[in-house]
Amino acid sequence: MSVRLILPALAIVALALVPPLAPFLQVLLTLAMAKGIAVMGVTLLLRAGQVSFGHALFFGIAAYGAAFLAASPLDDLLLLLLAGALGAGIAGVLVGLFVVRYRGIFFGMLNLAFSMIFWSILEKFYYVTGGADGLRLPRPSVAFIEMDRGPYEVLLYYASLLLAIALGWFVVRFLASPVGQLFQTVKTNETRLEYLGVSARRTLLKGYVLSAVLCGVGGVLMAAAQGIVTPSYAYWIRSGEMVFIAVLGGAGSVVGAFAGSIAYELVRSYAAAFAADAWQMVLGGFLLAIILFAPGGLVGIYAAFADRIGARRAKSASKKEAGT
Amino acid sequence: MSDALLEARGLEIRFGGVVAADDVNLRIEEGRNLAIIGPNGAGKTTFLNICTGWIKPTRGTVLFRGKDVTRLAPRDIVRRGVARAFQIPQLFTEHTAMENMLIAASARTGRQSPLLDMHDMPEREEMARLLEMVGCDRVADRPVVELSEGQRKLIDIAVALALKPALLLMDEPTSGVASSEKFEIMEILVKALGRADVTAVFVEHDMGIVENYADEVAVWNAGAVQMRGTPQEILKHPDVIRDVIGEEIA
Repeated sequence: MSVRLILPALAIVALALVPPLAPFLQVLLTLAMAKGIAVMGVTLLLRAGQVSFGHALFFGIAAYGAAFLAASPLDDLLLLLLAGALGAGIAGVLVGLFVVRYRGIFFGMLNLAFSMIFWSILEKFYYVTGGADGLRLPRPSVAFIEMDRGPYEVLLYYASLLLAIALGWFVVRFLASPVGQLFQTVKTNETRLEYLGVSARRTLLKGYVLSAVLCGVGGVLMAAAQGIVTPSYAYWIRSGEMVFIAVLGGAGSVVGAFAGSIAYELVRSYAAAFAADAWQMVLGGFLLAIILFAPGGLVGIYAAFADRIGARRAKSASKKEAGT
Repeated sequence: MSDALLEARGLEIRFGGVVAADDVNLRIEEGRNLAIIGPNGAGKTTFLNICTGWIKPTRGTVLFRGKDVTRLAPRDIVRRGVARAFQIPQLFTEHTAMENMLIAASARTGRQSPLLDMHDMPEREEMARLLEMVGCDRVADRPVVELSEGQRKLIDIAVALALKPALLLMDEPTSGVASSEKFEIMEILVKALGRADVTAVFVEHDMGIVENYADEVAVWNAGAVQMRGTPQEILKHPDVIRDVIGEEIA
């Protein structure tokens, strides 16, 4: 087994053991995985060289969609996830058709503009959206079986973990596929892409829609865990938080999206508990340290460490071979 | 007269006060490699840009295999069989040479499966052969940023050939390459083009290259085709010697 894979494998095993061994972390990690899935969407766009400051739009659309559906007879968790992903995907196509025409700061700010328009709608259309109070999301059934809070939360935790693994695997495969590789070339050479007979905009749109779907899934999971959705789901701070986590974990890294998300939630939660008025400062300092001393993020730190161990092992193995 | 692969009719375009194309009429016939020569600013690259849809002329038409492609986007013209190689190689700098080739192959085949690893594409062998054809098989797994300018030029051309074009337009294929490598590169290139059955049009400043590797030469001056003929005719012409070459080639 490659040294680089040891920690992710151990992390998955440890996460699987959280409900029986460390139940106090269960809700926090459910939220972290939900955010991690959404951050993976932002990470995906970073691979094409684009930063979105408005992906909370899709997070919010899916969460509100789930809240509306949960109040109807179709209040099953699986249906909420499918509807949320579909809603976010459709919104991704509509917004994407417009924003993929732009690059760099214009791409980032247009995304922000769309998310803030949606946020305003959520705030102002009080009778539909509940305004600043948001909407309650009644606990949905799972496979049409009503569940008590305790088992529901455990199941939601494992559902989040499974989705994180499955979607993470899918994104890794997507990035290695021909269509994913074309998507990433938007970052390096659009001229050549055009002269390969490929539309850079259409290529970017495909990845954009996938990133929106990922944000949607994350939004539904978070809404299902919290039991309430508010306009803050679509607010610019949420979008900024996603970019923050992506950079913290390792910009462009799928594993980094989850590493960053878990680290962020842990630091935020414990910093808030021990330094209630200064937790943002602690987080800011944490990110500054990462950017200054480890621009590859948490994943970059681990990769460098794992590579050093791998090189040492290879060296001692070759020494042994020479000795025999 | 054989059928034209590409034909420009009455192309005109100005950039401010500069006439970059002034009633350009040119037929490019299948199997005849054409060199375009002329002083800097004569409109040679503009002609390539118009033919590949990067620039739209204010007047005139470009026909490829008899079909009007003047208003099409570059990607649509590429899909019809016109490929382009650049003066500054346009490669994907975060990828290896082989990955650049595979990306070109996936663009050609339109493979959409998100679960197929690009390195497992059935076109891998074909791409390896193309890299071998341009003499870059030994650097297939190296990032293109680590390669020499000459190697990058050849890979840029191999990427264009991966699209299986009928016509390849090249802008100064030997510029930026050491003089000692120029003929070697052209030798490899012309052989590769012949094996791939691709007609080439290349803009070139090195008259030695033009004399040895072009079937025909078109001379550009002030946005217009001044004359056209075989390299032997053109390179001895007093006007060409005076306006383009500056001195008679040895």
